[in-house]
Amino acid sequence: MGDSQYSFSLTTFSPSGKLVQIEHALTAVGSGQTSLGIKASNGVVIATEKKLPSILVDEASVQKIQSLTPNMGVVYSGMGPDFRVLVRKSRKQAEQYHMLYKEQIPVTQLVRETAAVMQEFTQSGGVRPFGVSLLVAGYDDKGPQLYQVDPSGSYFSWKASAMGKNVSNAKTFLEKRYTDDVELEDAIHTAILTLKEGFEGQISGKNIEIATIGPKRIFKVLTPAEIDDYLAEVE
Amino acid sequence: MSIFEYNGSALVAMVGKNCFAIASDRRLGVQLQTIATDFQRIHKIHDRLFIGLSGLATDAQTLYQRLMFRHKLYQLREERDMKPETFASLVSALLYEKRFGPYFCQPVIAGLSDDDKPFICTTDSIGAKELAKDFVVAGTAGDSLYGACEAMFKPDMEPEELFETLSQALLASVDRDCLSGWGGHIYIVTPTEVKECTLKGRMD
Repeated sequence: MGDSQYSFSLTTFSPSGKLVQIEHALTAVGSGQTSLGIKASNGVVIATEKKLPSILVDEASVQKIQSLTPNMGVVYSGMGPDFRVLVRKSRKQAEQYHMLYKEQIPVTQLVRETAAVMQEFTQSGGVRPFGVSLLVAGYDDKGPQLYQVDPSGSYFSWKASAMGKNVSNAKTFLEKRYTDDVELEDAIHTAILTLKEGFEGQISGKNIEIATIGPKRIFKVLTPAEIDDYLAEVE
Repeated sequence: MSIFEYNGSALVAMVGKNCFAIASDRRLGVQLQTIATDFQRIHKIHDRLFIGLSGLATDAQTLYQRLMFRHKLYQLREERDMKPETFASLVSALLYEKRFGPYFCQPVIAGLSDDDKPFICTTDSIGAKELAKDFVVAGTAGDSLYGACEAMFKPDMEPEELFETLSQALLASVDRDCLSGWGGHIYIVTPTEVKECTLKGRMD
């Protein structure tokens, strides 16, 4: 990468065997807004807080949940711009797979390739790790799936998981309420209740984002009106 | 003489009822001289997918090696076999990569889909796919094969009848082509088993 002063890898090992930059990246994730995902028996739901810095911000223009393919979507905790870069790369990889095989990329394959990109940035000169953890939700021939990808590039499959500010409370809440045969509608309610647990202020369709994939395998971000309907059901 | 006619070949695949058959000749020549009479043109990719490669033998061998390489990596990564349709797309992409310096091969791909339906297709040397519902042909004996198959083909043949029909079509066609022949190799694939037979025809 040239003779610049910074053409060494920032992620060099510390004497204790840790990669300090990755630890710091995880801290950045941990101070990001809460996001969570739940895998149901017939689909997956992902959700996140959407706290905007001021009431003057046009909340419809902020899209924290993005689709990667017609049957896969992703949400994040951490740095928004890093998320956008990863979404762009993942979408391109998914399309390249489709161009080659004329088949939709399986969820595990796309997760693995995204994780490989994140790992590259922990072992290259002059770059820093991504400051996001991703929750990837997808529905393919292997059924509904939920994966978390960390800045280090490691990925895990979850039945239900949370990330960001309120992670420990949220995970405890999810552990109590999760059952293996939960259906998508119940999972959406559980997701809303989990977000409500740590929410400061009044929760509404305008300050959270929810997306689902159902048995028809179409990734859909819910509109604020639909979220308000679910909120009313939960009350 | 065209580069496609340097080694001589005959390949045909035909669809039956929940089965397919793929057959080739066995001659490997260098223009007019016969070098081998047991040349393998059809290769197994996995139990339900076969590819035959006609045309220049060296390109056929290299292309086969590249395809096996790609399929083995696919199997390791995705922990499953490639579907025939997916494999056909891969072959097409690989061939088009060499658009301006192509492989002088015409592949014939035959496989069973997930629902046990037979799938056959051929591409030209730069990857244009031709999906057919009844039969596909390739090689120097291609024109004769088209005629023979068109005359002898019936839809929904059982494996035994398909074997008879395809063998007759192949042997009749290679007898009209001086560059292919010396017997035949035929694979009949059903959801439960793969039968491989060698045919004896005019040994010239």
